This record gives sequence, C-alpha cells and structure tokens, in this order.
Amino acid sequence: MTNRRPEARPSPKVSDEVRKTTCYMCACRCGIDVHLQDGRVKYIEGNRDHPVNQGVLCAKGSAGIMQHYSPARLRAPLKRTGPRGSGQFEEITWDEAYEIAASWLEPIRATDPSKLAFFTGRDQSQSFTSFWAEAFGTPNYAAHGGFCSVNMAAAGIYTMGGAFWEFGQPDWDRTRLFMIFGVAEDHDSNPIKIGLGKLKKNGGRVIGVNPIRSGYNAIADDWIGITPGTDGLFILSMIHELLKAGKVDLDYLTRYTNAGFLVNDDPCDPDYGLFLRDGDGTAQVIDRATGKAAKYDAKGVRPDLAGHLRKGGVTYKPAFQLLAEKYLDPQYDAEKVAAQCGLTPERIRATAAELARVAFEEEITLDVEWTDWKGETHKTMTGRPVAFHAMRGISAHSNGFQTCRALHILQILLGSVEVPGGFRFKPPYPKPPESHPKPHAGHRPGKPLDGPHLGYPLGPEHLLLNEDGTPKRIDKAFTWENPFSAHGLMHMVISNAHAGDPYKIDTLFMYMANMAWNSTMNTSQVIDMLTDTDENGDYVIPHFIYSDAYSSETVAYADLVLPDTTYLERHDCISLLDRPICEAEAAADSIRWPVVEPDRDVKGFQSALCDLGARLGLPGFVNEDGSQKYRDYAHYMVSHERRPGVGPLAGWRGKDGDKGGRGEPNPDQIEKYIENGGFWLSHIPQNAQFYKPWNQHYQDWAVEIGLFDAAAPYVFNLYLEPLRKLQRAAEGHGDIQPPDHLREQVKSAMTPLPEWYEPFEEAVTDKDAYPLHALSQRPMHMYHSWGGQNAWLRQITGVNRLFVPRAVWEENGFAEGDDWAFVTSPHGRIKCRVARMDALNENTVWTWNAIGKKRGAWALAEDAQEATQSFLLNHLINELLPEKGDGRRWANSDPVTGQAAWFDLRVRIEKAPPGDHLAEPAHPAQASPVGVGPKDIAYGEEF
Amino acid sequence: MTTLPTSTEKKLGLAIDLDTCVGCHACVVSCKEWNTSNYGTPLSDEDAYGAEPHGTFLNRVHSFEAQPESGCSQTIHFPKSCLHCDDAPCVTVCPTGASYKRSEDGIVLVNEDDCMGCGLCAWACPYGARELDQLSGVMKKCTLCVDRIYNENIPEQDREPACVRSCPAGARHFGDFADPDSNVSKLVGERGGIDLMPEMGTKPVNKYLPPRLKDAPSEARLPETNKDAKGFLAWLDKALEAI
Amino acid sequence: MHPAPSVILFTSLSGLGFGLLAWLGLGLPAVTGWVAFVFYFIGYALAAGGLMISAFHLANPKNAIKSFSQWRSSWLSREAVMAVISLLVIAVHAIGTIFFSTRLPAIGALGTILALGTVFTTSMIYTQLKSVPRWNTPLTPILFQLWSLGGGGLLAGQFTAAAVLLTILGAVQVIAWKQGDAKGATGQSTIETATGLGRIGKTRLLEPPHTGENYLLKEMAFTVGRKHALKLRIIALICAVVLPVALIVAFPATHALALPVIALHIVGLLAARWLFFAEAAHVQRLYYGM
Repeated sequence: MTNRRPEARPSPKVSDEVRKTTCYMCACRCGIDVHLQDGRVKYIEGNRDHPVNQGVLCAKGSAGIMQHYSPARLRAPLKRTGPRGSGQFEEITWDEAYEIAASWLEPIRATDPSKLAFFTGRDQSQSFTSFWAEAFGTPNYAAHGGFCSVNMAAAGIYTMGGAFWEFGQPDWDRTRLFMIFGVAEDHDSNPIKIGLGKLKKNGGRVIGVNPIRSGYNAIADDWIGITPGTDGLFILSMIHELLKAGKVDLDYLTRYTNAGFLVNDDPCDPDYGLFLRDGDGTAQVIDRATGKAAKYDAKGVRPDLAGHLRKGGVTYKPAFQLLAEKYLDPQYDAEKVAAQCGLTPERIRATAAELARVAFEEEITLDVEWTDWKGETHKTMTGRPVAFHAMRGISAHSNGFQTCRALHILQILLGSVEVPGGFRFKPPYPKPPESHPKPHAGHRPGKPLDGPHLGYPLGPEHLLLNEDGTPKRIDKAFTWENPFSAHGLMHMVISNAHAGDPYKIDTLFMYMANMAWNSTMNTSQVIDMLTDTDENGDYVIPHFIYSDAYSSETVAYADLVLPDTTYLERHDCISLLDRPICEAEAAADSIRWPVVEPDRDVKGFQSALCDLGARLGLPGFVNEDGSQKYRDYAHYMVSHERRPGVGPLAGWRGKDGDKGGRGEPNPDQIEKYIENGGFWLSHIPQNAQFYKPWNQHYQDWAVEIGLFDAAAPYVFNLYLEPLRKLQRAAEGHGDIQPPDHLREQVKSAMTPLPEWYEPFEEAVTDKDAYPLHALSQRPMHMYHSWGGQNAWLRQITGVNRLFVPRAVWEENGFAEGDDWAFVTSPHGRIKCRVARMDALNENTVWTWNAIGKKRGAWALAEDAQEATQSFLLNHLINELLPEKGDGRRWANSDPVTGQAAWFDLRVRIEKAPPGDHLAEPAHPAQASPVGVGPKDIAYGEEF
Repeated sequence: MTTLPTSTEKKLGLAIDLDTCVGCHACVVSCKEWNTSNYGTPLSDEDAYGAEPHGTFLNRVHSFEAQPESGCSQTIHFPKSCLHCDDAPCVTVCPTGASYKRSEDGIVLVNEDDCMGCGLCAWACPYGARELDQLSGVMKKCTLCVDRIYNENIPEQDREPACVRSCPAGARHFGDFADPDSNVSKLVGERGGIDLMPEMGTKPVNKYLPPRLKDAPSEARLPETNKDAKGFLAWLDKALEAI
Repeated sequence: MHPAPSVILFTSLSGLGFGLLAWLGLGLPAVTGWVAFVFYFIGYALAAGGLMISAFHLANPKNAIKSFSQWRSSWLSREAVMAVISLLVIAVHAIGTIFFSTRLPAIGALGTILALGTVFTTSMIYTQLKSVPRWNTPLTPILFQLWSLGGGGLLAGQFTAAAVLLTILGAVQVIAWKQGDAKGATGQSTIETATGLGRIGKTRLLEPPHTGENYLLKEMAFTVGRKHALKLRIIALICAVVLPVALIVAFPATHALALPVIALHIVGLLAARWLFFAEAAHVQRLYYGM
C-alpha cells in the first residue's frame, strides 16, 4: 500500500549553472556560488576558493534569495506626487529622472557646487562616488563612516597606519590568546567566525570585553562585562600594571615605534610637546651607543627610551619616558579604576598578567629571514601570540578615539602588531597618516574640487576652515569641533542643512542610507527636518534625490528616487582603491556582476552616476567630444585609470591580461574575473608577510603591485604629535586657532598620549534620573534595516525586546512574558517590550538594532510586527548633547573625529501599566509604492 | 514498515559544538534554503510579509543562559534539529509507513508520498524536531541532506549537510558515529559529547559537545618589578642594556 | 497540547460509540428490530462519525487509507484496523438482532472485545508518548475504558452498571489528575536535561529561535491556567460523574432521565477530554523555556 521510498542515494541535479559573484547581504564581501535553474536563483552557497569566506556563508548570505526576490524592490524611477513622507509617487522613465536631476544639479554646479550635499551609505564604491563628487566640485561628500567607525579607523591609522574592522586580522593560525573589545557580530563576520573556530580548535583562548554576553562573547573563555564607555580606563589600567611589572617589548618599541623620539619638555617653549627634528625634518632620538641625538631612521641607531637631552636651552625627553611617567601614575592603579569600570582590581590585574604571560612566555619564532627598512637582516621572525580586535562597542563613544588609541598602544607595548601570532594588516594597509591624502574643500563654480574630500590632517593647517573660521563643509568636518573627522559626518548633514548652519544647500543626494529611520539619531526629528517647510511653503531642504533598491523608509521622503538593482543584478568592484578583500598574506579584489538580469526598469546606482555625470558634462565622465565616457559602471571598472596603470581592478591588467596590480586597462578584465570565480588574489612573498611597515620585502612588493608608488616605511605613533599640534593651537600658538569656546575642549581631548575621560553625555546627565546605559547591537543574521523585509530572516527576529539585567528586572517588578516598559532618555521616550538577561552588565540595557520598521515601508503589511511590536533606540538619541546652560548646543560626538556617540546614551526604565500594547512612538503609515508582499510563499516549488 | 531496524550499518549524524557556536543562524537559513527547493515539497512560509510570519524550518537555534553556582551567567547558543535517534519514537508511531529509519545509515526520513499529516510523529518526538508544513500538509524534518551527502552532481568535498557546509565557525561536524575512528566519534570522546534528554531513552545519534569551562580565574600574576616611575626608569635602563 | 476540537470530538464520540457497541454486543439491552436499529445506529454514528471527524485533523487526508498499513508497530494504525474490524464484526451481530431477531452471543462477545480493544488502541496512541508525561501512564488506558464503558452504559440504558462504572471513573480520574500534577508538567525532563546545560547550572531561555510562531508552539505549547483547569475539572466531575450517578441513585429506573443524564455526561466528558489535551505538556516546550 505504501509508495516506493525515495531512492537510497538520491542524486538530484542541483542546478543548470553556477555563477560566482560577491555577496552583498552585508559589507563582508564573501564569495558566493549562485545556482540558477530555468533562469531563476535556486540556491546560494559560499565559494570554497574565496579568500574571505572560504566556502562558508552566514544566515544573511543564505537568505539572499528572499532579498533578491523581495517584494520591496523598486521597479522604476519615482517622482514624488504627494507630500514628502506620504510615499505617493508616480513611476517615470530614466530619461525623465535624469532630466529632473539635471535641472536641479546643473544650476548648482554653475553657480555654487557646495549647494549639493552628496552622501552615500553602505555602498562600497567610495573611490567611485568620491570621484563623481570631486568632478562635480562639491566639497560636501562623504560616506557613512562618521556615524559608524571613524574613531576606530582614525585611531588605527594615526597610531599604527592601519585599523581593525576588516582592515586587519589576527594571525588566526598562531594566536594563542584573542581579546575582543566591543565586537558585535556584524562586520567581517564570517572571517571572524572562521577564525574563532580555528582558534578554538587549536586550543587558543578568547577574552571578550563587552557589557553584553552574546555572540562571540558567549563563546569567550573569559567574559568581562565592562560598564559602557570605560574600556579606555580599563586598558590604561592594564598598561599601568604591565609597566609596573616591566612586561613590555622593549626591543620592538625601540625598533618600530616612536618611543625614542625626543619630545620638547619645556612648558615655556612654543614647541612644547613637539618632536625635536633636524634640519630636514627628521625626528631625533638619543642614540644609546653615543648618548647623542641622531636621526631615528639612521642605520644602526638604537634609541634610548629614557633620559634627557638639552639642546638650545630646551630639555627633550623620549616619548616613552613621558608615556611611562603618565601611565605609572597611581590614578591608573587597578584599585582606583576597577569600580568605575564595573570590574574588580583582581580581574584587571589578572587579565594584564594573562596577556603578558602569553605574549612573552609563549613567544613564537618563525625561521623566516627578512630584511628591515634600515637594511638589517634578521634570521627569524619573533611573534607574540596575543591578538586583539575591537569594534563599535569602544568606538561609538565620545571618548572613542582615545580609547581606540589606548588599545593600539597596549598592542604595541606587547609587541604584538604585525608579528606572528599578533594582529596583522591587510593590504593596502599598513599606510601611515602621512601617506593618506589631506582633506580638500576648494570649490569654484563649474569646476572640479581642488582635491580629494577626505583625508588625515596632521595639524591645524589641514583643517577645512574659511578665513573667518567658519566650516567649509556642510557637515562641519575638519573643524575645531572635530578636527580629525576623516570620514565626514553624515549624521550631521540633514540637521545642518535644515538649520542652514553653516549654510543652506539646494539638493541633498543620498545613496543606500536609511537616514529617515535607523541610520540616524533622533529619527522623529530628522523626519520633521526633511518635511519642514519655510514661510513660502517650500521645503527647507529644497530637493532630495535618493537611490535605493528597496522601498525603505527614506524613499518616502525623497522627491526623486533612482531605483538601484539587487546585488545579483549589478556590477561592482571591491577595489584596492577602496575597501578590498585582501588577506594578511595576499592582496585581493573582487567584482559583482549581473548573474541574473533585472526584470524591472532599474539600474545600478553607479551606472546611473555614469549617465548623470555625462549629462552634466562632468570632467572624467565625458570624452573630449562631450560624449559619455563610461557606458556603465562595468565600463568604468575596466577602463578607468586612477594613476597610470592603476585602476579599480588590479587583476588581469595589461592588454593580454597577464599583469597583476599595475598594467594598462584590459577590456576583457571582467571576463577574467568571472572565469576565476569573481575575484583576483596575489600572495605576498613569505618574507614579506610580517613586520610590513618595516619590512623591505613588503615595501618593494607593495610598490611593484601598485599599492603605492614609493616605499613608505614608518614607525608606530605611541605619541601622536598631530594631536599635540592642535593642543598647541588651543594654547594660543600659530595662525589657526580654535574659537574660544572650543579651546578647553581641544586642550583636554587632544592629548598626544591617550587619556580617559567620562563620555560627554554621561558627564552632563543626571545619573540618578537616568541610571542605565542603553546600547544596541546588530544581530548576526540581519544587516541594518535590510533584514526585516526578508521573509526568512524576519521570522528569526521580527520583534525586538529590551534586555534588562536581573537586578533592574526585579526592582521594576517585571515578569516573564508579555511585559512592556517606557524607556526615557534626556531626549525622548519610547515604549517597548522587555526581557531579562543575566549575562549583562548590571547598569546596562540593550536591544537588537534596526528591527523596528515604519508602517508601510519595505512592502510589509501595515500591521507587521516590526511596525507594531518592535522599536528603535534611535528615538532616544540626539546628535546634540542636552543643554549645558552655556547657551551653546554641543555635539554628541567624539571631539577628535566627530564620530556619533551612539553608545553614550543613558536612560531610565519604568514598567508600563497593563493593557493592549503597541510600540511607541508609532509613526503614521507611508504609502507603499510597491504594494505589499504576497500572503504565503513556498519558494522552490517550481524546481 | 515503521518498525525500527535492529541496528544500522552506519550511524550518520552531527556533533554540535556548543563551545564554538556563536548563534549566527547560518545553519538555520542554509538548511531552509537547500531544503525548500530540494527533498520533497517546499518549506513554506505563511503570512510571509504580514503581522505574524511563520514558516517551516528544520533547524532552529535557541539561546539559553546558564548560571553557575558562583560567577557570572553564561550564554549558550543551541542549534537543534532531528537527532536521528536509534530508538526513534517518531518512526514507530507512524501509521502510514511514511516515517522510517534507514538501515544502511540510520537516517530518519519521511516519505512525503505516504504522509497523511496526522502529526503524531511530531508529538512523539521529545525534541520538537519535526514540523508539519502548513501549505503542503506533510511532515518535514531534517533529512541530514540525504540528497547532498550521496549526490554525484555535487563535488565530493561538498557532500555534507548544508548546515555543516555553511557553518562559519565550524561548530557542526558530520560523520559516522558507528565508526570509532571517525571525526565525530573522536570529538565525542575528547570532549565528552552528550545526549539530549537521555531519560527519554531515544538514543540520539547526534551528540552535543558541551561548552568548555568558562570564566576560570587566571593563574597568571604580574611581578611587582617597579613600584613607581623612578623604579621603572631604573629597570628600563638595565633592560635596554640587556637587549 | 493544543486541544484541537477534531481530536476532542473524535476521541470522545468514538469512545462513547464503541462503549455503546460493547454493551450491545453483550445483549445489554437485549433489543431487536427497530429498537435495536436505533441503538446500533447511535453506536455506529458515534464510532464511525468520530473516526470521520478525526480525519479533519489530518493535513493530507488523501493518504489516510495508508494508515491501515502499519499495524505491526503503530498504535494509530492498529486503531484504524481495529475500528474497521470491530465495526464489521459488530455489524454481523447487529444484522442478526435487527433483521432476524437473533442474537449470536459468540459474535456479540467478540464484537464487545473488539470494541473495547479499539478504545484501548486509541488510548495507547496517547499512552505510548513518553514525550507527554501526563499521558504516559497505565491510568490513561484505564480511564479511556471507563469513559467508554461508563458513557456507553448510559447510552445503553444500563444505569446501575453505569453508575458503578462512573463512580470508579470519577475516582480514577481524580487519581490520574493528582498523579499527573505530582509528576510535573514535563516529568523527569527539565530544561537542564533537555539542553545538557545542567552541568553549568540553572538554565533559562534567553531568546527563542524565532520571534514568530511556529507549528511546534501552536501544536504543543498550549498552556492552561491552574485556576481555569481546576474549574473545568470540577465541571467535568460534576457533569460526567456526580450528577448522573446522583440522578440514577435518586430516581432509579426512571427512563425519562436518560436524556439529561447522557447530556450531562457528555458535557463532562468533553470538559475532561479538553483538559486531557490542554493540561498535557509536551517536553519539547522546555526548549522554549516553558
């Protein structure tokens, strides 16, 4: 009676064809094998050969089918017909869309290009979008780093010429102890997960520092549930303990850092705090052999790290001595700082001891001969198998820059950067601040900008200030408020443009940034700013062009929407000019290509910029005869040259495709990438794989491959002279000085050796009224607001709850189940669901990020749980601090970089009375230009 | 017949490492992705874009907290799918013969052409490993990717369950528990692999490798070499001399 | 467990039907002709009707016919087979009494045994489930038999015998409830044994695997409030046992009481059967922190 059973060894055909491209379900850039059947995407799996993910794939990547076929995909260019925010649009042609855009942009460019603010979000084509913005001539361009990671990036670049994030990695094969600070699971996630698995298999240990024990911290052998914003204090205390114990790598410090640089120690001297330099500007050290001043980079010179030198009546001391004197101060004693960090003194000392034990007692030696930049040959490579990684948890604070600096100094003192077992850079890093561009904002009507927008200032002379001291950029980047804002300040653009401070703009042009929702602070106010009208009834921000692939919240606020493709329908290059996919042992870049063609009237945003650039006649986008230069982005990818022989893609260059790195453009380059699985990889020679900043083999290889044009060895900056230059200006020296109200902030925040200070918002907040820290983390299976439209992922987390530590839970009388609370900050109040969590810092509440959605967005039903049950913490955060009573509004951001201080938020919580609950604030619904998704789905039925 | 084989030649299954699983749900979604367009009917989703989306998944990751007697609480991510029990109660209860345990490799399967959707097997399973697909009306469960592991259209190294293939941290191991020298048998031996709900007498094939001891106080101590800056500089001079 | 109306009705009605048929097989009451037809009609309507209702519980009923195949291992299959055999055997007996006024006592007795056997197979579907500790007890088949014979006795007009059986039923039902309560919802199983995390310490759910619903939760995570359950238990006992027995004792041999007594009993039966499902907890809920 029963049917025949399925055959014992079923061997069904998987698909008609596999096309290999690059994932874009998050910014991780994994290689994927896309299986197609009957022209439809049947299955996506990780590409085993790919350097980033080595075959594995995360939940987002595997849910790519649901993203690609999402009902929220935009179908055609949209022109707003209702008021902003209503979601009422009409579909128009691309020609009409370009015409509208050009009608706004052409007059701006002809008169004042700075009236355009062009900001991109999570795109990875910044070398291209910045090229467009430069050609347009507006100084107002940046990507989203200012509210994401600039503290980490800038502290890394300034201190050691490279940063965490995806720009470096632990030496996973050799690390014995891996310490992570504030690492959520959303960035570089597959490489880190692969690495953690490897580390665990090898018997290595993990120390997790995070107020919340989730994800990676859940599998940490030791969890340090630190109080938010105190990581810097904890790190400096460990430095104190290590110095007291003499557990620092002196050989490493003398060779590879500015520990021996002589610092002017005469408070009365105008150059107080600056390095002693010789006539050609080279920093001087005391040569231990002679006791005399010598160039730090002269062959054979071994600097002294203590002592002093008198010259011209001024006393100079080695930077390291200043460092030691500073951090040996009893104020950093574990006993003194432990309570503030939410830790015990024993825990701090034990952690420092464990770091020292592994670094110095489990030393590694590799029998690899190498030659350093001074020409000295070393028979072996010495490794300290302690590696660190850190992310937003320490950087999204108003003391984040100095905290990140402190962590790098700890790494360097242990001698564990760019050594076997330690933290390693991935090309194009290491690259010291001096080798990066300086910021530019010189704009003239009808002309391109005078240079790249963003860069790394080395002193007041590089700030972007007008003669009268006013900011040149709309986001006030590179001003005294945040001089080293290397990524710009996307989170300030809308509020500054709305306030007309420093000036008004005409057109806001954004890409892939959900600024009207989860990618902004104080969401409700940003919505008000976008919809606010002047006395004539015109919008205060007159024009808003937005490009997105999906019907996001922000789409509803745009006047003109340029529909982007899904990631499987587009060309992209993950370029060495930008954020490539390199490994510590290889240079690599990759592409996306349309593995399926769009079935809608949509266009990759970069291709649209090629069209629009040509229509506007932007230099670089038109040929000499005025015709369009790049047919589309793919054409740009293969034919554009940034420098002679160096273009967006490094692989298969040259007419015959036989050159790597440098070489003339190859029209068949993309075909070569596709043949190779979507990526290109070139291994770093074995003797160049460590000590990269000082390794002659690496420097030669980097020049050969085109990462830079001349060798640029450098030493790490324990002591950061550029910061001292800013302080010096604040003390009244030089032509460019901060305004009076900022002098104290510059003096206290720009210390050349990191100091810990209380986060700004905390310092001005009544801690009795707002006793709790509030954080958000991104779940590993979601990326920003994208995940919520995904039929599979939204089942995993469609409702977020505020996790509350046990004591607070009991104090408020919460009970398991359907419990709701009001959460109030100095800036606002929300209503949300709560849940208890025990493995949580006792003063911290937190939730998953970007789960809450606006009604009507993302093609979800208006009663979707994301809109009714879920919430954003963003409503409680402001880009400005609460009033201090001095008549000024101070930015809620890091004073060095301007990074948005998301994690300085303080709140109080109270139980909501029983009843029917909906999350608050509840915004009115926006109409959906794409309708609502289907009721039920059974994907795969047709196969 | 829904009687169980007295023994199976192989015992294919998974060893899941709770010390390594970071709770990323990669296995959950890759499982859904593979199985929705392969073995049997799709794994459907109802109200997919509505107020209460719910669909069929063969593998789900739960998160727990465990509080040791002293010290801080621990978070454990806990993936769970069919354990392919030797004494599988889900098989013997099946009235139609749809559920069966294979004598060659121990995999527990549902022949969807025979399933009448009574749901009794899901009741019999103590682990909640079977889900009745609401659109197709047939019982769904982990097949251990039977259509991958023997699939000659798939490269040999990929002939493993989709969840194992995708797991970024390498927390899932696939192998033959009947072979004492297999990767999974060795892991279970080394790490003290355990059964879930042993009191149910189901003799699960899948094993869980428990979390290693956490938050043990470090034995390392720093020497008190230098009391203050002055002492430090003296030490420094000597130490530099020694390099 | 989710108290699905189809399963409650199926087990209740078919239990009553087979109970009635069991009495009829013994010639109690010794009816023939039209009267016999009415009794058998009720018995068949309940037994077969219940079975048909159970089909509503199937998500894929087109394969229901296959459920006769696995009688060697599956109690559900055995139930299907037994139900058909007993209905066929009893039909022989019924035809004799209705159309030929002839009782075939051996066939009738066999029919009785088969009817009770069918009820036993039904009860074993639940009893066998270790995953539902409240059901996994010898009291479950005893209770099913008592409910079937007691209720069937009322239908068969065997009031005295029914009163005795119902009294026993009441006692056993109370013992079963108490025993079930004492066992705890999930018996020996705890969240610690379910996860193996007891070696670390007291374990609790931090986050469910999905914030959305799923089949398992809908089907097996039903909970009923303690107070609500107690109320229903009292209603079940009073309606199914106390009042019928009291009425029978107070007004012996009053046939006019048959209807209200039976109606009361069915109300009590449905309440008890609702509780049978609603109060039963499946151990897989432990993975959901329940």
